[in-house]
Amino acid sequence: MTLPTQYPSIASLGKALRERRISALELATDALQAARNGADPHLFLHIDDDLTRAQARAADALLERGNAGPLTGIPIAHKDLFVTRGWRTTAASRMLADYVSPFDATVVERLEQAGTVSLGKLSCDEFAMGSGNENSAFGALQNPHDPERIPGGSSGGSAAAVAAGLVLGATGTDSGGSVRQPAAYCGVSGIKPTYGTVSRHGVIAYASSLDQAGVLAHSAADLVPLLDTMSGFDERDSTSLESCDGVANAPGRIAAAHDAWRHQFSQAGRQPLAGLRIGVPQEFFGSGLAAEVADAVEAALQVFEALGALRVDISLPLTRLAIPAYYVIAPAEASSNLARFDGVHFGYRAPHYQDLADMIRRSRSEALGPEVRKRILVGTYVLSHGYYDAYYLQAQRVRRMVANDYQQALDEACDIIMGPVTPGVARRRGDHDDDPIADWLGDIYTLGANLVGLPALSIPCGRGGPAARLPIGLQIIGRHFDEGRLLALADCFQQHTDWHQYTPRQTS
Amino acid sequence: MSWETVIGLEVHAQLSTQSKIFSRSSTRFGAAPNTQASVVDMALPGTLPVMNHGAVERAICFGLAVGARVAERSIFARKNYFYPDLPKNYQISQFEHPIVIGGQLKFLLDDQEHVIRLTRAHLEEDAGKSLHEHFTGPHGESSSGIDLNRAGTPLLEIVSEPEMRSAAQAVAYARALHALVVWLGICDGNMQEGSFRVDANVSVRPRGQAEFGTRCEIKNLNSFRFLERAILHEARRQIELIEDGGTVIQETRLYDAELDETRSMRSKEDAHDYRYFPDPDLPPLVLSPEWIAAVRATMPELPASRQARFQAEFGLGAYDAAQLTMHRSTADYFESCAAGLPAGQAKQAANWILGELGAALNRADIGIAESPVPPDALAGLIRRITDGTISNKLAREVFTAMWSGECNGRADDIIAARGLQQITDSGAIETLVDQVLEAHPQIIEEYRAGKDKAFNSLVGQVMKAARGKANPQQVNTLLRQKLGG
Repeated sequence: MTLPTQYPSIASLGKALRERRISALELATDALQAARNGADPHLFLHIDDDLTRAQARAADALLERGNAGPLTGIPIAHKDLFVTRGWRTTAASRMLADYVSPFDATVVERLEQAGTVSLGKLSCDEFAMGSGNENSAFGALQNPHDPERIPGGSSGGSAAAVAAGLVLGATGTDSGGSVRQPAAYCGVSGIKPTYGTVSRHGVIAYASSLDQAGVLAHSAADLVPLLDTMSGFDERDSTSLESCDGVANAPGRIAAAHDAWRHQFSQAGRQPLAGLRIGVPQEFFGSGLAAEVADAVEAALQVFEALGALRVDISLPLTRLAIPAYYVIAPAEASSNLARFDGVHFGYRAPHYQDLADMIRRSRSEALGPEVRKRILVGTYVLSHGYYDAYYLQAQRVRRMVANDYQQALDEACDIIMGPVTPGVARRRGDHDDDPIADWLGDIYTLGANLVGLPALSIPCGRGGPAARLPIGLQIIGRHFDEGRLLALADCFQQHTDWHQYTPRQTS
Repeated sequence: MSWETVIGLEVHAQLSTQSKIFSRSSTRFGAAPNTQASVVDMALPGTLPVMNHGAVERAICFGLAVGARVAERSIFARKNYFYPDLPKNYQISQFEHPIVIGGQLKFLLDDQEHVIRLTRAHLEEDAGKSLHEHFTGPHGESSSGIDLNRAGTPLLEIVSEPEMRSAAQAVAYARALHALVVWLGICDGNMQEGSFRVDANVSVRPRGQAEFGTRCEIKNLNSFRFLERAILHEARRQIELIEDGGTVIQETRLYDAELDETRSMRSKEDAHDYRYFPDPDLPPLVLSPEWIAAVRATMPELPASRQARFQAEFGLGAYDAAQLTMHRSTADYFESCAAGLPAGQAKQAANWILGELGAALNRADIGIAESPVPPDALAGLIRRITDGTISNKLAREVFTAMWSGECNGRADDIIAARGLQQITDSGAIETLVDQVLEAHPQIIEEYRAGKDKAFNSLVGQVMKAARGKANPQQVNTLLRQKLGG
């Protein structure tokens, strides 16, 4: 059982709600039941009927008074990396198994104020470290298109919940591809906006200079109101931006830009994208890219060309170096960010210990999973005296060079960049258990946007794998603050294709 | 062999902001444990630091006051180490790029001007406090408690060059620095509450040797007396160690005031690797020239300039001017008192402030800003001395009455109520003189017999009869006339 299929989009469901053809409470009640009885028992880490119903009633009150916005009454859910009052926030870690935050993340707060109804907290990789959702302390997740396969990660629960039709939108975070990759694997649309446009306040920090909250939904059109509502300056996050190239960073910015681009495209006749230069990095199509993915992306590019866009070959020569740079910087920041999980003030404390140092050691060793411990060790090492210059500083230099490459391409050669999201389709669960860095290499196409802080999204553009059942994603990377254009382009593509309408239900 | 002590000081001055450096909780001292700890101070998941501009402005103010370079761009870094009263297990500090670079501090010691250069000053957050009492942990085990009220309190760490050569000089430097930060209003200077804490780096070397010896750092000295004793003790320990054939090892030591000795806290070998790196949660601190100029515009006149001005404008001597500019509140008091006096009488104000008033404040253990005798009232008293209404001796009586609030502390009303005006009416004085002469014929005889002391005795009798109010000059003249005539 899923959400009512006669309302496949936020716009259509929102209209039904505003016209009172369906109430938010009815919808929430059905959705809660669906979430509970969903195929994957590990998908939700915490559901609380009372909390959800309370939000639904508040939404109904707004709808009743005619004060509803586009998101009022819309069922969503949050990645368990966003702290929430009421629902537990675990970051999918034993460390925080019973943790309840005394405050809501800004993103959670803004979506609630817009009238969305949250079904609860979605599993993810522990502390957002992973690309398969196998690192959750509370059970690996299934890909709705194939239960034997991973949904991707770290926002795997978010992608799976949307793909399974349990929610119309789900928040995610993306530090190295954690929104885009699961979106690609689960056949949904997901966007990571420009670093600094969405508040990190209340997002449990993994790699602060790379972490950016994003959102996943069925289509680009659905992403617009969600991202627009989430974004905006927040004085509680010092890296939050007050303005984006002269435009105030506030709700309305992305929607307005999106609408303007959409209008422009609709005025351009049969060649709506005429003049658009799409940069295609040759490094994104090297060995390691599965042929079926290359083919799907190529077909998508041809759709854009048919709509009038111009394809430009570009080069991002440091693409491969983004991987080691990322896997130095992210663990370095993580090693420090996760130091607070020591059993002293909150979270898990080991039951038996000798002294304070032993208590901290045991609490961390017992409650943090292997991938988290590995990254903490790597991060501690690269920041240590004598290694800092060779690793951390060197990685920062590479980061700057990668940024220069992207900047130059977007300044001089093209308006946006397109390519694959992942080298292949979702793998089987457990396939990489003996190869600790195989997943790290899989992040090759997504890391750049995080290192540079650029907005990037993933939309479905094909199918591959056995019986061509597994979704393939197309990545679109834009200039800083160009979320509106990215979403308008993705929407344009989705108006001419139906990959985004392919749901697991049709195959099972 | 003759030894020279080399000292550098690191001072942690708590900045006088209402709220913490990265959160909005109060910095008030003495609240019940953990009542001033926000989610940011507790480092709860999802919290982020937000810079307190007041702390930045105080750091700018300090940099300008010591003639340092105020960095237009400084960087916050994380200093990583596990400690239970440090909830994030890293301290946000500044490392490679501090906000204040260089500068110098001038002070007087034994009438000599000393100049000590500063290395830097940087902003950082304080840690919480462990409470080693009996608490119970989540598994029923016995446990320490932690009070996070102090966690996140803004500190300015002020580092000097190793240019001091004696404990006395180090204390004079520390006192001057203390006076300056209090003068600037950026620190309350309360050493008992830990608002001004000193770490001393001490080494010794044979006099004449260019290279420094190996240093030891003595942590957390919270009084000038302890600072002096700790340095003296530590220098002696190092000299004895070397003279006995040993070598000083670089280490951190604690001063035990009860035993008057330092002891090892940790050596360089088990020193932390702090793994400093730029804090990704805080963008570089960029100071615009406008911001710096705005801070400069609100700064008080600095003590050195004020001292010079007091000498030039009020004709004070160097000593008085220096004493009056030790504290801004004293200087302010003096200036408003002098403003109520005719030109040329400011010296009287200085005498009273440094004398009678200072003593009374000391006895009452209060600051001059809390003086029950405000500066305009003191000026009112001084005016009555200089215009001859009361004698200096009676002025003390009037001051005491003012201090206790008699007649709303107004000198004129007290003088009137107590009838303390000097009697200058020569007729009235003459009557008194005649009465005394009549009553004491034997003293007159003694005087006539050549005893000079007898004359003073007669003056005393007249003054006694006048209850101290007769003009002594007039009494003298009249008595001589009557006796000699």
